[in-house]
Amino acid sequence: MAEMRYREALNQALAEELERDPNVYLMGQDISVFGGAFKVTEGLMDRFGEKRIRDTPISENTIVGIGVGSAMTGLRPVVELMTINFSLLALDQIINHAAHVRYMFGGQVSVPMVVRMPQGAGHQLGPTHSHSFEALYLHVPGLLVAVPSTAADAKGLLKTAIRDDNPVIFIEHETLYGQRGEVPDDPDFTVPFGLAAIRREGTDVTLIGISRMAQTAERAAEQLAAEHGIEAEVIDPRTLRPLDLDTILESVAKTNRCVIVEEGWPHGGVGANLAALIQEQGFDDLDAPVGRVTGVDAPMPYAKSLEQISFPHEQQVIEATLALFGDRKRASRG
Amino acid sequence: MADRPLPPSETALNWLRSMTLIRRFEERAGEQYTRAKVGGFLHLAIGEEATIVGAVAALRPTDYMIATYRSHGQALARGSEPGRVMAELFGRVDGLCRGRGGSMHMFDLERRFMGGFGIVGGNLPLAAGFGLTSDYLGSDDATLCQFGDGASNQGTFGETLNLAALWSLPVVFMVTNNQFGMGTSLERHSAQTDLQRKGEGFGVPGLECDGMDVIDTWAVTTEALRIAREERQPVLVEALNYRFRGHSIADPEDYRTEEEVLEWSKRDPLVTFGDRLAAEGILSDEQREAIDLEAIATVDAAVAFADASPEPEPSSLYDDVYVLSDQVRGWYSADHRGAGLRKGEELS
Repeated sequence: MAEMRYREALNQALAEELERDPNVYLMGQDISVFGGAFKVTEGLMDRFGEKRIRDTPISENTIVGIGVGSAMTGLRPVVELMTINFSLLALDQIINHAAHVRYMFGGQVSVPMVVRMPQGAGHQLGPTHSHSFEALYLHVPGLLVAVPSTAADAKGLLKTAIRDDNPVIFIEHETLYGQRGEVPDDPDFTVPFGLAAIRREGTDVTLIGISRMAQTAERAAEQLAAEHGIEAEVIDPRTLRPLDLDTILESVAKTNRCVIVEEGWPHGGVGANLAALIQEQGFDDLDAPVGRVTGVDAPMPYAKSLEQISFPHEQQVIEATLALFGDRKRASRG
Repeated sequence: MADRPLPPSETALNWLRSMTLIRRFEERAGEQYTRAKVGGFLHLAIGEEATIVGAVAALRPTDYMIATYRSHGQALARGSEPGRVMAELFGRVDGLCRGRGGSMHMFDLERRFMGGFGIVGGNLPLAAGFGLTSDYLGSDDATLCQFGDGASNQGTFGETLNLAALWSLPVVFMVTNNQFGMGTSLERHSAQTDLQRKGEGFGVPGLECDGMDVIDTWAVTTEALRIAREERQPVLVEALNYRFRGHSIADPEDYRTEEEVLEWSKRDPLVTFGDRLAAEGILSDEQREAIDLEAIATVDAAVAFADASPEPEPSSLYDDVYVLSDQVRGWYSADHRGAGLRKGEELS
């Protein structure tokens, strides 16, 4: 094991896969000379050259389209979009082509491409630069969606994403890049898709945290245990497509309660989707409605005071959890 | 018609055969549409045969060809079996895309016909992607990307031409100027109507060809491909032509006069090319009729083949949504035909 930052773990994954497969190449804005807007690709140009580490103009839709075309004809592109906010400009290529060409051409081609991009609020960047879009990409059949929340998962999932033959939307988080974590040294270390991580075991309630919110849920769980005597099981699905629903349902069967925590908007969100799946598949296991903690149903404001109450923190998770227990647990608090 | 010399007579006759096949195929497709054998949209290329056949004739078998939602002709010219093209229109299992794509989304990997694409301008970035693969792998395959005059107003046009020039990609962009973006005429949709000049600011030089003349289209495309392949310089070719039918079958054509259509139909590429071959003593009246009858027979067989082909099995609905593997084993899909969810690996 080695301790490293989330961004360094991503950098290591990219370097190892570039080393392993000559058809892997990177493309994005300011990724070579500049080293990436978040320094994820630092040093890679010196090592692999500008043929494989390609700076692009600011043309998101076309960059992704070139990635799709090259993937259809034998290469394995890893496209970096500077942030997920700009992926809106590339939605036509992502949905109509990356996700659908295999299906609409009857399986004649595949698109082994990764689109990496960070998301998230908290930097006072206002409505256009603070999006969380995992729900948007989860919506689309044909795409795989990974949302790593730790350095080890960032590395292991990215390696799996690059090796997989499907198009992968790989959603990083802006506030996690500088975070340190233990990462296995083994160059063959990967994290499989469709396998959730249980971050904390518990018997009273299941907290499901998406992307950065897996960490928020974990901190809330510690507080729930310390202050309310509630032992929460915390699950990080790690990939939303494919989804490890089995692990979630097994946990809910044990705890009988569930709260889903995500940074994005509530309507049509990941939580809305998971809540529907859980009630369809595990209705009899539920002692209370499935709870959701989401970003607020408004654009992201600039003012720090407003921004901080616009996406979930531990306190909202704790309140949503307590609400599922009604009077019994509330009474035990005091 | 431009005064270019004829190619060798067998080549010339093959071009006439190919153009005739497309004409007869499209006519029959339109007829099958009115009989509800074909669903969705149907965009016919009647009038545009010379642009298709001339351009495809300039390609090597390993070159990539990519086109738009009007692409039955490109598939046929590239050598796809007419029966499989018709079966795709019919939504049958033997269609080129097993009934998943339909008229707008033909594809034949084996012949490097890299697809018809339904979104205007959406195919240009993919063409640059094919060019990047050729460049990356050090092959001298080139890419030919056809799109309409309407697509030259999309953002992808400027973005892709810029990137192709910046990266020296071996791509020929061919704007098929059939004078209309659906029902909006060129001068009403593009400030620059000399479309071959539209790439200049991006560093992409332009050439023009008479898209009603198969020889001129072939010659100009051949030169453009040479420049792209040998000089690693993308080129924009404007092919001037005219579609004799509406944008799609459901087009009342209120935006143009019958006189205009009649005037252009005097330049019917099949008629003018056939007449020239006859005048130069390459084509007898009997041969000319035989070529037409052969095309009709081929299309008859294609319709019979498509009609006999089964509809896709409902159980195949989820085929090819994903490449399934050890990694993708926890995929769940909501299935509207039954209660709840089904796991990915159980679907295939």
